[in-house]
Amino acid sequence: MKREILVVDGLQKFFVTSRGTVRAVDRVSFSVREGETLGLVGESGSGKSTVAYTVIGLHAPTGGRILFNSQDMSTSIWKRSRALKRSIQIVFQDPGTSLNPRRTVQQILELPLKVHRVGTARERKARTVELLRKVELPEDYLYKAPHMLGGGERQMVAIARALATDPRLILLDEPTSALDVSIQAKIINMLLGFQNEMELAYLFITHDLSLMRNVATRVAIMYLGKICETAPTEEFFRNPLHPYTQMLLSSIPVVSKEEEAMRPARIISKGEIPSPVNVPPGCGFHTRCVVCATRCSTDQPVMVEVEDGHFVSCLSFPPPSDVQQLPVN
Amino acid sequence: MGDPILQIDDLHVSYKVYEGRLRVLNGVALHVERGQRVGLVGEAGCGKTTTMRCVLRILQSPPGRITGGAIRYRGTNLLRVSQGELQRIRGSGISMIFQDPVAALNPVFTIGDQVCAVIRHGTHKRLTRAEIRRRALGALREVQLPDPDRMFASYPVQLSGGMRQRVCIAMALATEPEVMIADEPTTALDVTIQAQVLWLLDRLVQDHETAVVFITHSLGVVREMSDWVYVMYAGTIVEGAETNELFERPLHPYTLGLLSALPKLTGGGIAKGIPGRIPDYLNPPTGCRFSPRCPNAMRVCDQERPIWTRVGDTPAHEVACFLYGGEGV
Amino acid sequence: MIGVNGLTVQAKKRRWEGFRKAWYKFSRNPVSVVGLVFVLGVSFLAVFAPLVSPYPNHAGPYVNFAIGSKPPSLSHPFGTDAFGRDILSRVFFGFRYSLMMGAVVLALVVIPGVVLGLIAGYYQGTRIDTIIMRITDIFLAVPPLILALAITSVLTPSVLNAMMAVSLMWWPWYTRLVYGLASSLRHEFFVQSAEVIGASRFHILFRELLPNCVSAIFTKMSLDMGWVILIGSALSFVGLGAQPPIPDLGTMVADGAKYLPDQWWIAIFPAFAIMVTVLGFNLLGDGFRDLFALEEI
Repeated sequence: MKREILVVDGLQKFFVTSRGTVRAVDRVSFSVREGETLGLVGESGSGKSTVAYTVIGLHAPTGGRILFNSQDMSTSIWKRSRALKRSIQIVFQDPGTSLNPRRTVQQILELPLKVHRVGTARERKARTVELLRKVELPEDYLYKAPHMLGGGERQMVAIARALATDPRLILLDEPTSALDVSIQAKIINMLLGFQNEMELAYLFITHDLSLMRNVATRVAIMYLGKICETAPTEEFFRNPLHPYTQMLLSSIPVVSKEEEAMRPARIISKGEIPSPVNVPPGCGFHTRCVVCATRCSTDQPVMVEVEDGHFVSCLSFPPPSDVQQLPVN
Repeated sequence: MGDPILQIDDLHVSYKVYEGRLRVLNGVALHVERGQRVGLVGEAGCGKTTTMRCVLRILQSPPGRITGGAIRYRGTNLLRVSQGELQRIRGSGISMIFQDPVAALNPVFTIGDQVCAVIRHGTHKRLTRAEIRRRALGALREVQLPDPDRMFASYPVQLSGGMRQRVCIAMALATEPEVMIADEPTTALDVTIQAQVLWLLDRLVQDHETAVVFITHSLGVVREMSDWVYVMYAGTIVEGAETNELFERPLHPYTLGLLSALPKLTGGGIAKGIPGRIPDYLNPPTGCRFSPRCPNAMRVCDQERPIWTRVGDTPAHEVACFLYGGEGV
Repeated sequence: MIGVNGLTVQAKKRRWEGFRKAWYKFSRNPVSVVGLVFVLGVSFLAVFAPLVSPYPNHAGPYVNFAIGSKPPSLSHPFGTDAFGRDILSRVFFGFRYSLMMGAVVLALVVIPGVVLGLIAGYYQGTRIDTIIMRITDIFLAVPPLILALAITSVLTPSVLNAMMAVSLMWWPWYTRLVYGLASSLRHEFFVQSAEVIGASRFHILFRELLPNCVSAIFTKMSLDMGWVILIGSALSFVGLGAQPPIPDLGTMVADGAKYLPDQWWIAIFPAFAIMVTVLGFNLLGDGFRDLFALEEI
């Protein structure tokens, strides 16, 4: 069993705004092992991106702990050691704005090397060429500005930049959502190749469950700041338990009859996704849940291990020892 | 099968840039029957949005220019009609829904104002204010917006993405057009909201008996939303077939490549994708535009353009590829 | 291209191509080219005034009442003023003072203004932002011309003091401009990437944010040249700037105003010169915006 490289324990991130407190991440716990991919799935307001930004340090956590190789790093990026900044990198969602439009590809790739003082100027230059080659881009791209590149190519530069300091963990926030199918395929295969080659761990965030099926080792689904269900990939798709998971799976458009057979029956949700400023009381999903019971609007579900490694947080799956705590209906 | 209500013949469009002219559309031809749901699928840059902008003549010109072909709506060539005639057709004959509902709705006018404006301009007979308001409320009710009266007085910024898109759908159908063009209407929405909106759109379109041209890059969505699918690549239509037929028996190598590159819910990894990049529109390949990337390319593919050929009658299937004839009658 | 020499050739080619593309973008708007021509023309005349003026000594203390107040003629295309000085030559020298006024003020003002704006924008929402921007707001609240008048009337009127006064009220505009840009860019992914990588704050301010503000800054500088020259001329007009016999354009208009409408040439030509200069810079400013625009793929 590979060791856990990232452990997130009871993570909370709240934002105080004029409209109220946004409970973006509300007691989220998970772990990522070396060389494996944890897929984080969710829609708007689920908090998945906030989890990534808090783990990487763009936000300081409101509560909970983040441990990297057993080292506590529950702080903002400015308080972290340089070694930590080398080991964890992030690839953002929008290739259009994740590269400075006024810099060349070479300058962009060289920045992490300069910051961490890797080698001499000449060695850094050679390394940027090597990074480009790794993502299968031609050398003369070094002198181009990002707006001269296509979306897929920009994302490849972003990935090359993330690889520059030989990190151990890369957070990928919807890296291919804005890209076409064929470019997505190329990039995903490239990422999987790097993972194999360098024993990289990925925290892979996406809303695309079909993509998740082919990329993740474990999947966790988030809704309004909490994790609803988490399981190893195969188990997750074979036996989705949480009503939200089933709704999500049934909504994905697929292209073949085999995939259709895999999906649960179509559940058309009613109503909008609530905003994380106004999380519904009790179970956050109860306003849209098809199996919602009366107690769901008052009681909080707890995470229960239903099968080996398969956890669900739903009042339909009560914790085994606490049955007597639930109110009688 | 009567006369097609919308027919595009041999459309050529080019864009002027610093380096020369980009030959973006290279003989696009497609047709839509009354009440038919037609899907137009292709990746970014293939020209699908450009094609539809030509239909309503909202192509940005300069730098764009229609250099050849015809677009016939009920037999009339839209490229040759007067501005006045075009204004009359826009809205009441052909209407359009755009990808980004935020940009499509004017933030400083209420929903009610905007829907009423559409009805006022799109209906030929003079209507009283009360009648317009009545129709507007009816349209909002039809798209299942909660509390239409309150919605009438709301501003777009107060609505969620899904609701805004429903308003756009209401506006597009309020004048009972014969053809509706939907350009990636759900791409910006969450998965479960997308399922809601698509379900609604489908039902409404069937109720109103409107023909739809559904543009998307998502093969899964087009499979659910259309009776007939056209596949577009680099400014040409490469394949067209009844929906089920296309997905069960794809013929064109590009279609095959696309389908294989899609991540499947059933797992199994993602294929490598299609090697190469979309052609340079400045100097597009003579002959078939896909041939530089085609695994089955033959010598004739580089020299001549394949002709659109019918290769199946029931179910209907057409393709432009030398592997299946294509040398012309 | 491998090898140091090969790369240098490539680099030169790239730079040349960059210039050609820049010119193409700039010249697409013919009005900007007109602006450039005006500015280059005025600059040339300003720099080479002593060489190209027909009567360079008329720019200083010179008196010859015999040829005073003569209308435009072949020997004096702009006519002469009441003291017999050739107006054409004085206009050429006048350009010097105008351009110098603009250049000095901008040189003093742009750097502090921009730096403050970058810092305030990056630290948006914190105390640093509040302090910087409130000070900026205070300076902006004072009507600019009044401030300039107040300062120059307290100190001895001179070109130098006029420039100081104008500088003091000009810097906040740059801070405001850059603050707006920096505070919105600050949350973009490329800035956050730099933070995540561990770049220093200096790097983020000057190598990530600043290059994205350059276009707006240059455009504003060009438009500001026009404004500074106008305000300088206004100060001179009321006697608080350049003092006679310095051939400042504003002073010349002030002096010539007395002789309107009979000896119209004494006021009109300097006024026209101011107009051409300001217009040139304004048109050039538009061109800068096109020049720095990022072209689509």
